[in-house]
Amino acid sequence: MLAAFIGFEVIKRISPLLHTPLMSITNALDAIAVVGAIVLVGRHESRTALILGILATIAATSNIVGGFLITDRMVKMFKSSRPTKP
Amino acid sequence: MITVAGSQAFIGLVYLIASALFILALKWMNAPPTARRGILAGEIGMVLAIGGTLLQLGIDGKLEHITIAYGWIFLALGIGTAIGVPLGLVQMTAVPQRTALSHAFGAFCVTLVGTAEFYLGTSTIPAFKMSVLCVEVILGGLTVTGSLMAAGKLQEILPQRPITYKGQNFVNLALLASTAIIAIFLIRNPGATHLYPVMVGVALIVGVMLVIPIGGADMPTVISLLNSYAGLSAAAMGFVLNNKLLIVAGALDGSSGFILSVIMSKAMNRSFINVVFGAFGQVAAAAAGAAEARPVKSASPEEAAGILAAASKVVIVPGYGMAVAQAQHKVRELYDALTKRGVDVRFAIHPVAGRMPGHMNVLLAEADVPYDRLIEMDDINGDFPQTDVSLIIGANDVTNPAAKTDKSSPIYGMPVLDVEKSHTVMVIKRSMNPGFAGIDNPLYYMDQTLMLFGDAKVFVGNIVKELTHT
Repeated sequence: MLAAFIGFEVIKRISPLLHTPLMSITNALDAIAVVGAIVLVGRHESRTALILGILATIAATSNIVGGFLITDRMVKMFKSSRPTKP
Repeated sequence: MITVAGSQAFIGLVYLIASALFILALKWMNAPPTARRGILAGEIGMVLAIGGTLLQLGIDGKLEHITIAYGWIFLALGIGTAIGVPLGLVQMTAVPQRTALSHAFGAFCVTLVGTAEFYLGTSTIPAFKMSVLCVEVILGGLTVTGSLMAAGKLQEILPQRPITYKGQNFVNLALLASTAIIAIFLIRNPGATHLYPVMVGVALIVGVMLVIPIGGADMPTVISLLNSYAGLSAAAMGFVLNNKLLIVAGALDGSSGFILSVIMSKAMNRSFINVVFGAFGQVAAAAAGAAEARPVKSASPEEAAGILAAASKVVIVPGYGMAVAQAQHKVRELYDALTKRGVDVRFAIHPVAGRMPGHMNVLLAEADVPYDRLIEMDDINGDFPQTDVSLIIGANDVTNPAAKTDKSSPIYGMPVLDVEKSHTVMVIKRSMNPGFAGIDNPLYYMDQTLMLFGDAKVFVGNIVKELTHT
C-alpha cells in the first residue's frame, strides 16, 4: 500500500519526455519476480516446480538484462542542447 | 560463524535497501540528467535482491538439510541473459513491440511461479493465499496473451485493424466473470486441482479477446494497461510468497502503468473502459464515408524548402508516420539545416503520438535532437499563432481541428495540437487516405495548408537537399 502510494507520488512527477524509458525500467524492476522463481528452482521440491521455475527464471532474467540495457541506451540518447558540443 | 538469526536480519536489511533503491531509481527517472543514475540504482537493487535470495536459499538448505540446485539456477540465469542481451539491443523503432514482449515475459514468469506454488500446496493452501494466487495467475495469464497479441500487432505480424463482432463486450465480460467464479470455487476448495488449468486457460483467452478489438491509435493506452497488470500480478505474487520486496516492486510497476494509462486515456479524451471495450475503428468508419474529394493544395520539396527557409519560427509535429518511414534522422538533418539558417525549430509532441507513451521523444533523441527542443502539447499550443510554419510529419488525428469543432466527429473532445493557427501548415503524407482512425481531417482543405505528398523520409531528405544547396 505504502509502496503504491510512494510510487504514485514519484511517477506523477515524471516528465512525459521519459515515459518510454520509465516503462522499460519498471519492466526491468518488475522482473524482481525472479527471486520467487529462483527459490522454486533452488528447492526443486517437485519435477514440475523445477521446470516451471527454470522457465520462469529464464523469462525474468531476460527482462532484467534486456530491460536495463535498453533503458540505458535510451536515456543515453537524451542530450540537451545547452552544453555546447564541440 | 554467523548465527542464523544474524543472517536473517542481514538478508532483511539487504531486501530493505533493494526496495529503497528501486524507489530511488524511479525518482531519478524524472529528468534526463539523473536518469542514468536511476538505472544504476535499479541495477544495484536487483543484484542485491538476487544475492539476498541466494543467501537465504543457502541458509534454508542448511537448516532443512536439502541440497540447493545452484547449477540449475545459474544455468537459467545464463540462458535468460543470453536472451535478454539481444532484446536490449533492438532498433529504437522496435521499442513498442519489445516493451509489449517483455510485459509478456514478466507475466509469464509470474504465472509459472503461481502455478508451481499451487501444485506444491494444493489442498493445504489457506484462503487468503489462494485468493492472491488466483489474482496473480489470472492477471498474469491475460497479460501474457494480451501482450503477445499487442506485440504481434505492433510488429505487423497480426492485422492492425481492430477486429470486432456483435456481442463482443458481452463475451469478454462473461469470460472474465467465469474466471472469477472458478477462482472463488478454488478458494473454497483448493484441492480441486482439475479446475486450475481451466481458470488459467480462460484467463489466457481473455487476454487475446481484450486486445483483438484494439486499433493502433489505442496502443499507448493498452501497453500502459498491460504494464499495470504485469505489475499488479507481481505484487500479488509478493503476497503469495510473503515477500515484501516483490510487493514493493510490483506495486511500483502497477501504479506506474496505471498512471500512464490514465494520462493516455485523458490525452484521447476517452475513459478507460471505453478504450478496453470500445473499438475505435468501427465508429470512425461511418464518419469517414462522408469525405469527398475536395480540392487540396500541394507543393514540391523545392517550394517547401523555400517557405521553410523564409520562416523564422517553425514547429515540427511528428507522428507514427515518421516512425514507420524511419525518417527521424532526416528530420534531424532538417532541424540542423534550418537552425544553421537561424530558424527557430521546435518539436510539438502530443502525448499519444506514436504507439507507446513517449515514443516520439525516444525516436528523436535517437536521432540526436536535443530534448529541450521537444515541447509537450500544453506548453506549445499557445505558441502556434506566432508560428510561421507547422510541418506535420506522419501525424494526423492529433492535429485534427474537428476534435474541437465537430461534435459528430468520433474524436470530438480529444485534446489536439492547434496547428491550424499557424501562418502556414505543411503536411507530409503518403496520400489523401485518412489516418489510422479513419477520420477525415479538415485541416488538409484549409487555405494555409500545403500537402506534401510522398514518403516522409524521402521528402524530408529532398527538402534538406534544397536547403543545403541554395
